[in-house]
Amino acid sequence: MAEALRTEAKKEVLLRVEGLKKYFPIKRGLLQRHVGDVKAVDDVSFNVYRGETLGLVGESGCGKTTTGRTIIRIYEPTAGQVIFKGQDLAKLRPNEMREMRRSMQMIFQDPYASLNPRMSVLNIVGEPLEVYHLANKEERRERVATLLQLVGLNPDFMTRYPHEFSGGQRQRIGLARSLALNPELIICDEPISALDVSIQAQVVNLLEDLQEELGLTYIFIAHDLSMVRHISDRVAVMYLGKIVELTDRDSLYANPLHPYTQALLSAIPVPDPVIEETRQRIILEGDLPSPAHPPKGCNFSTRCPQVRDICEQEEPAFIEVAPGHYCACHFVKPMA
Amino acid sequence: MTSTEHLLEVKHLSTRFYTEDGVVYAVNDISYTLDEGDTLGVVGESGCGKSVHALSIMRLIPTPPGKIVGGEIYFRGRDLLKLSDEGMRKVRGAEIAMIFQDPMTSLNPVKTVGFQIMEALMLHEGMDKARARARTIELLNLVGIPEAAQRVDDYPHQFSGGMRQRAMIAMGLSCNPSLLIADEPTTALDVTIQAQIVDLVKRLQEKLGMAVIWITHDLGVVARLARRVNVMYAGRIIESGPVKEIYGNPHHPYTVGLLGSLPSHGTRAAARLFSIPGEPPDLIGLLPGCAFAPRCHYQVPRCLQETPPLEEISPGHVVACWEKDKVRRV
Repeated sequence: MAEALRTEAKKEVLLRVEGLKKYFPIKRGLLQRHVGDVKAVDDVSFNVYRGETLGLVGESGCGKTTTGRTIIRIYEPTAGQVIFKGQDLAKLRPNEMREMRRSMQMIFQDPYASLNPRMSVLNIVGEPLEVYHLANKEERRERVATLLQLVGLNPDFMTRYPHEFSGGQRQRIGLARSLALNPELIICDEPISALDVSIQAQVVNLLEDLQEELGLTYIFIAHDLSMVRHISDRVAVMYLGKIVELTDRDSLYANPLHPYTQALLSAIPVPDPVIEETRQRIILEGDLPSPAHPPKGCNFSTRCPQVRDICEQEEPAFIEVAPGHYCACHFVKPMA
Repeated sequence: MTSTEHLLEVKHLSTRFYTEDGVVYAVNDISYTLDEGDTLGVVGESGCGKSVHALSIMRLIPTPPGKIVGGEIYFRGRDLLKLSDEGMRKVRGAEIAMIFQDPMTSLNPVKTVGFQIMEALMLHEGMDKARARARTIELLNLVGIPEAAQRVDDYPHQFSGGMRQRAMIAMGLSCNPSLLIADEPTTALDVTIQAQIVDLVKRLQEKLGMAVIWITHDLGVVARLARRVNVMYAGRIIESGPVKEIYGNPHHPYTVGLLGSLPSHGTRAAARLFSIPGEPPDLIGLLPGCAFAPRCHYQVPRCLQETPPLEEISPGHVVACWEKDKVRRV
């Protein structure tokens, strides 16, 4: 009990996302009339505590990447608040936002597209320092060397260009760049999806080591649920622009409440033929609906194996059904 | 054992690519057999030669720069490598079908899905247009395309990713092949759609009795689907055996490392992941010895000089490693 209270008290909210929406307008015709919206992120709320890793999972088109990008204001939010260290990012002016971005960085999925092929590693990793006028030439070189060492690359490589590195090494370069300004929050957008299995484990271990060493907070966006389970403290599951379930890692995997989470978990093939032989799977019918025309009522109603009338009429509320366990389904009731 | 007992027998197959940067040793002396109705999983990371080996069986290696430099591929007792181009065209699609990773690039965007399936039926089975169309609708139904009779006239872009892959499978099945080679068919798809496709192929296989070679880097899919597994590294098969043997009792350090680098699937959260140090080799120029040796912590001097042969350690389970008796699970 005392233990539980202590950990509760330690939790500092670093980032609070409240009712975040990002709609992309659909425009048609000569006059570019606004005919509808792609509701990429539709009313999403969650907290990120300092020092934790929040996993954001879902299938392609569920809005997980857009959520990450809207938090950091690569996209302007349509509605809602993003409160980082007590300040609402959505209201900041561009130069204030630029200052704020020092504390929040992003690493990307494609280690080939996210590094400028014409820049040396020194310039790629050192660019943030230059942008913020934080170091002279000599200091910059030193800092880049330290950063490369930190991510497990030989500092002698700083004169080389991205094409001379493998995918895993490039992902390390991207990571070194994101660490250049001592950020507090790093949004990792599918950082390992493009890498081979044996290299994925290397990068995940590195992310974990750095978190411990530097006290970083991560939002880890991915579609690979087994890796998310490994790295996250808490996990939010997204479907068609909404969070359907959010809880700590162990309860999510041991006791998934939302029918979509259940189906998603059962769809992951387990690398063990003995388990696979007997495991029952929930096979979902059909495809993801278009976020431009989400279904009426619950977004998952078109594919849900437990669908009833109310699901096609009313949207379920996102409620706390057990301490720290949130779910949006008409048939998941708070536990007394 | 004669070649006619198996549906497919690959013997000492080697494929190389002659590029400006040098010779790429993509597939090096691989041999295995596959029986009627059986399922073989081929696993390995990018560049290990798993796809090139499949394209070699189909004789779809672009020449030049690629060339099958040695070996034999017996299919129902005939050596495919000795067939004329015309003879091979009759095998391809009709007896051996292949489906690819990216269903968008393997379908022609300016022809309807229905037409592309009918084409094969008219060519290989000599059907007229009306019969081919009826059979196409039947096939689309079989692979679970809703409202197949209407969707048959859709273009590929009107299909979702999962539906395109289903259409590809329908095309693959159109002439009742006895072997289906699936090259990472679910890699581009979401997990819930992947589950649909894996399930579909399993059901169709039971119904139609064809053999399947499923190429993937996903060890989970193989565990679900395959009966036997070939693990490939740097163009060679380094371990092969029944699926439960490979997962339960792996004996090549690479297989052990690969399985160890996956997050645990038990209810307990995993500790630190095991990771294989270093990177896969590039295949330009062929070094003597075991290709995995530079990344292997069981390495002994012999590993850098002599390539280990595949040796049987239990019935049907073969491993190519000099130190295989010392290798333990992580």
